[in-house]
Amino acid sequence: MKTTPSASSLMSRENLYFLVLAALLLLVFPVLLDAFRLNLVGKYLTYAFVAVGLVLCWGKGGILSLGQGVFFGLGGYCMAMFLKLEASSPEATASQSTPGIPDFMDWNQVTELPWFWQPFHSFSFTLIAVVMVPVILAFIIGVAMFKRRVGGVYFAIITQAIAAILTILIIGQQGFTGGANGITDLRTLMGWDIRGNEAKTVLYFVTSGLLLACVLLARHVLGSKLGRILVAMRDQEDRVRFSGYDVASFKVFVFCLAAALSGIGGALFTLQVGFMSPSFVGIVPSIEMVIFCAVGGRHSLLGAVYGALLVNAAKTGFSESFPELWLYAMGALFIAVVLAFPNGIAGLYQRYLMPLEKKILGGLGKAANTPPTAAARRMEETP
Amino acid sequence: MTRAKVTAPGLKRRLGWAGLLAWAALGLPGISVADDVNSTGLAVTEDTVKVGILHSITGTMAISETGSVQAEKLAIEQINAQGGVLGRKIEYIQEDGASDWPTFAEKARKLLVNDKVATVFGCWTSASRKAVLPVFEQYNGMLYYPTFYEGLEQSPNVIYTGQEATQQILASIDWVVKEKGAKTFYLLGSDYIWPRTSNKIARKHIEKKGLKVVGEEYYPLGHTQFNSVINKIKLRKPDVIFASVVGGSNVAFYKQLKAAGIDLTKEKPLLLTISVTEDEILGIGGENVEGAYASMKYFQSLDNPNNEAFVKAFKERWGDDIVIGDVTQAAYLGPWLWKAAVEKAGSFDVDKIREVFPGIELKTAPEGYVRIHENHHLWSKARIGQAQKDGQYKVVYETEDLMEPDPFPEGYK
Repeated sequence: MKTTPSASSLMSRENLYFLVLAALLLLVFPVLLDAFRLNLVGKYLTYAFVAVGLVLCWGKGGILSLGQGVFFGLGGYCMAMFLKLEASSPEATASQSTPGIPDFMDWNQVTELPWFWQPFHSFSFTLIAVVMVPVILAFIIGVAMFKRRVGGVYFAIITQAIAAILTILIIGQQGFTGGANGITDLRTLMGWDIRGNEAKTVLYFVTSGLLLACVLLARHVLGSKLGRILVAMRDQEDRVRFSGYDVASFKVFVFCLAAALSGIGGALFTLQVGFMSPSFVGIVPSIEMVIFCAVGGRHSLLGAVYGALLVNAAKTGFSESFPELWLYAMGALFIAVVLAFPNGIAGLYQRYLMPLEKKILGGLGKAANTPPTAAARRMEETP
Repeated sequence: MTRAKVTAPGLKRRLGWAGLLAWAALGLPGISVADDVNSTGLAVTEDTVKVGILHSITGTMAISETGSVQAEKLAIEQINAQGGVLGRKIEYIQEDGASDWPTFAEKARKLLVNDKVATVFGCWTSASRKAVLPVFEQYNGMLYYPTFYEGLEQSPNVIYTGQEATQQILASIDWVVKEKGAKTFYLLGSDYIWPRTSNKIARKHIEKKGLKVVGEEYYPLGHTQFNSVINKIKLRKPDVIFASVVGGSNVAFYKQLKAAGIDLTKEKPLLLTISVTEDEILGIGGENVEGAYASMKYFQSLDNPNNEAFVKAFKERWGDDIVIGDVTQAAYLGPWLWKAAVEKAGSFDVDKIREVFPGIELKTAPEGYVRIHENHHLWSKARIGQAQKDGQYKVVYETEDLMEPDPFPEGYK
């Protein structure tokens, strides 16, 4: 691919930012934070998966989904079902009237493991399900909606309705799903205790690593021709259609990709928090996830990660410091985002810090930019 | 309230192993009194002990949990005024669960790991309790949980100060059958584990007596359209509506009942609820609930000297307009039971306290007399009150003896 000098310097800068994020996640946080705080950051990062997915489908593709919690929840539930089965060995549940099934089933007089729980005895199946269950649902929704050219607000409302439906379904079928309490008391993953501090630290690194990989994947998608079509679709859908592209298929693809990312986030959430409940599936968490993305800047992948981190850290910080007032502080933050910097942190950065950075770096000359540029070229050349 | 925290892992990183050993050798200054009173490094000094309060003060549950927070703070202040626990003043650290279950888990972890509190008073919904349970079991904390709930649980790390389902349900059904001659029941509840489990226990008990359940229905939390079920009730004419609708739905439910011409004071059908305390009546309006019966263990109108003193103190502290419901009273028991247990054990250590739990009693409880059972629930009396126009309940029945808590009733094991 031929690159103009400005584009290549942009690439290099993006690489630099990516490295900064990687350093922050893999070095700075683990060194500075104690195990408890690190685990919290790990939890925030699982939301960042959803936010990255939203940048793809909302920021770039123009598809606002208010139901990402559905996919987050499905991924989380898949993982939770596996962990729950492991925690419900016949020995551990010997006091139940039917040993060997999850405790909440026993309370609800379910005497046999339902068929859809059976495959979750297998870890490899679970890993596939974590990604595929959200993707399949997203595919069905996507095909049903986009092929009929349902978009914009209508699509947002339908995704929200799906979030509500799934919540009601999970709560109503408590014998099979754990109901409003969710699937709780998860202990081990393949015999490895996930509750201790060391396990949480390992899980933190797994989460960070996967998140960075997902950001790279998303970047790759956006950098490709597909990414350009997405943006074009967002800005002038009809023109893209008239140019002969099958708009609906692209939309379905990006929606499925966002769902897959959310599912991975959900599974990691379950591992780190130790339970899954319908409160992550519903409308409120789904909208919150959109807020993470908006605060970070919906056009920027890295911004979304910072947005998820910042909003959640603010939530924790405010609520610990002012338990009675913290919601007002959060409200003020969101209003500030909408009024003062509608493009989120990323927008703020581009507007105020980037010129400054240019001034400083400009003095240093091209030498400083060379290594990342080379890296960027290599990346572009890789098929 | 951001306070300087010194946690072992953080220190380890900063000082390295050698530094940590030296620091430990100095007797962990400033953190703990390493003796029998506190051998597990809790936040106990020579004259203070830290405890946690963990309820929702924001979000949908805030309206319900506020009373519990007030009761716990009042109890702590009263205990402090009497000289504290083992000569130590109680300091509380309050955290907001924000009606959000993972937040509850996060804050529970913070209280136990970072703040090293000696005990925690908190939670309200079952979902929040289920969320924090693994945290309490992992770090061997102790939670005092105030809400009446569905049972099916008995954690070594929780003391359940409210009624479990059988205490609330069995006696009240016996009562409507015996005193009111009820033969048919319509079960109605919000859709989550507590109403569903409660209704299962109720159904079993009703059918064992050879009586009939003519309908059983659930509505999502926050539901406000009860017209169809009210029509069904009118059609099937049950003797008793057994209601476990919770939260805001109650307002709609009772107003629509009244609008549909069902006057609860006529007791045709009679309404027996296990979910409407004085707190809920505030929202529903006394005139809409008048005549309904509630099965609880505590009503604000209870006539005994303990309760008189409690209601007076509560109003002095939190204002004259306040009403006190069943859960609020149960929350008030938490700090007192903890104090009694600590003093009997002579230690703040959770393990030592756990050993002395069975038989810990409270003669000064507003509800009368309570005692901790081996299964970590309370022996207490079951009572039935009839709602009055002024929003209070008139107590019409109480069991003669304390009811034994039975969190795992037959058929649920």
